[in-house]
Amino acid sequence: MCGIVGLLLKKPQLREQLGQLALPMLIGMTERGPDSAGFAVFTDELPDNRRKYSLHAPGWDYDWAGFEAEFIKRFGTEAQIEVKGNHAVLICDEPVDKVRPWVRQAFPKLHVLAAGRLMDIYKDVGSPADVAGRYQFEKLAGSHLVAHTRMATESAVTPDRAHPFTAGEDFCLVHNGSLSNPYQIRRQLEPLGIGFDTDNDTEAACRYFEWRMREGDDLEAAIHKGFEELDGFYTFLMGTADELALVRDAFACKPAVVAETDDYVAISSEFRSLAKLPDIKNAAIFEPVPEEIYVWRT
Amino acid sequence: MADVTRAPRAAADAVTFDLSKQSLRSLNQFLHHGLGATKKVVVLNPDGAHNIAAGVNAQVDVEVDGHAGYFAAGMNQLATVLIRGNAGPGLAEGMTSGVVHVEGFASVSAGAAAHGGLLVVEGDASLRCGISMKGIDIVVGGSVGDFCAFMAQAGRLVVCGDAGDALGDSLYEAVIYVRGKVKSFGADAHEEPMTEADYDAVKDLLAKAGLKHDAREFRRVASKRELYHWNANANQEY
Repeated sequence: MCGIVGLLLKKPQLREQLGQLALPMLIGMTERGPDSAGFAVFTDELPDNRRKYSLHAPGWDYDWAGFEAEFIKRFGTEAQIEVKGNHAVLICDEPVDKVRPWVRQAFPKLHVLAAGRLMDIYKDVGSPADVAGRYQFEKLAGSHLVAHTRMATESAVTPDRAHPFTAGEDFCLVHNGSLSNPYQIRRQLEPLGIGFDTDNDTEAACRYFEWRMREGDDLEAAIHKGFEELDGFYTFLMGTADELALVRDAFACKPAVVAETDDYVAISSEFRSLAKLPDIKNAAIFEPVPEEIYVWRT
Repeated sequence: MADVTRAPRAAADAVTFDLSKQSLRSLNQFLHHGLGATKKVVVLNPDGAHNIAAGVNAQVDVEVDGHAGYFAAGMNQLATVLIRGNAGPGLAEGMTSGVVHVEGFASVSAGAAAHGGLLVVEGDASLRCGISMKGIDIVVGGSVGDFCAFMAQAGRLVVCGDAGDALGDSLYEAVIYVRGKVKSFGADAHEEPMTEADYDAVKDLLAKAGLKHDAREFRRVASKRELYHWNANANQEY
């Protein structure tokens, strides 16, 4: 069991309140996922030549100043680093295909959780309330976010196995359910040069969709192929630069509910996590049907 | 069985539980052990909590003023539970008597394995509605999802809208009445001619549910009874 949460704001003036609005949603899914939590937030877009990287360090006393010095030494360009506990967001001019391999080689204990021009990711073990507090979830601002509370079934309880998972740039996925053929997917992708960070089943789905989109599919076409390739139970919620997408498997074993007002689209595993949203009593509420692709754009 | 009556909210003699201030356990303990002469209980701010009014065994009206989560009114006996919102998975599972009425939609497995009573869902009911039902009557005002009435043994399921895939798969003696389209029938389920007794049954159930449709618009789906006995010649092709 896990909890999924998504919020997309329709009015730019609400963006400062994104984390504040979504915090009760995340906390509301604690019983479905008490062991880890994570969230991806889509912020203001960086210019085309800039990138940001969400980094995860093994401890809170990590030497980020030393990391910055090494970065400048290696690339000869400035970097901006915003540290929150054992996470940091690195903003620089260097592209993904240079930064990822360099971090992996020079700082093997650091994980690059996300890359892109909009998306910041924080994820860690602990109760959703603890994780949210640790990374100041309520202060998040942005157009949309994807969050998750985890009750682990398929792999160990560690920060890197918490959701959201990411692949490519500005793409993330959270999952409630379990896949029965993640290793089949891995064996399909690994020969194409696609690397995996963990043994988690959700990571296979995330990399599968990102691979399909890199091959030219749009998100909906990629999901249609996923219906054929991904076996198991799932409610997937995905975030892209300007979309939230929701899909449930044919048997709809894992729940989902959507509430929409003039101000927001809110998605959760259960209504109880939506109950504290403003104007929820007047929201249009529905249960997404199986194998239907729901996409909301910012 | 009496029709569902729409008593006014928070009637003067009602006991009110506000779940934004009181625990679910205090509500359910009252419903199980503290009712005394209480005839009506109103639940405010249910906000999708699980197990609201589960396991009630008393002639009491319970009115839930909002959305309920998993297993609302599960195992109900005798009580009339009105949910003025939507219900989560497992609504009225295992009910044996009484009435459960939902004004909105119901998630998966509504009325599963229930032995008796009446379940009314005014909106849609999701997948597996009436799975393994054993005597309950279910009336759905909207449409139902896939695998409804799977292995349904007894009772009646009335669907005023459409039905999804594999309707009535492996049916026993439960009967389904559908007004709209059926995406596909499950193994051993088929359409049969309506008899006057069927029209009367649908008319009666619609009246109890407070839904205004013409019973003549419904079709009967029941078991072919071909799965009742092992057929060595079937070659596993059902």
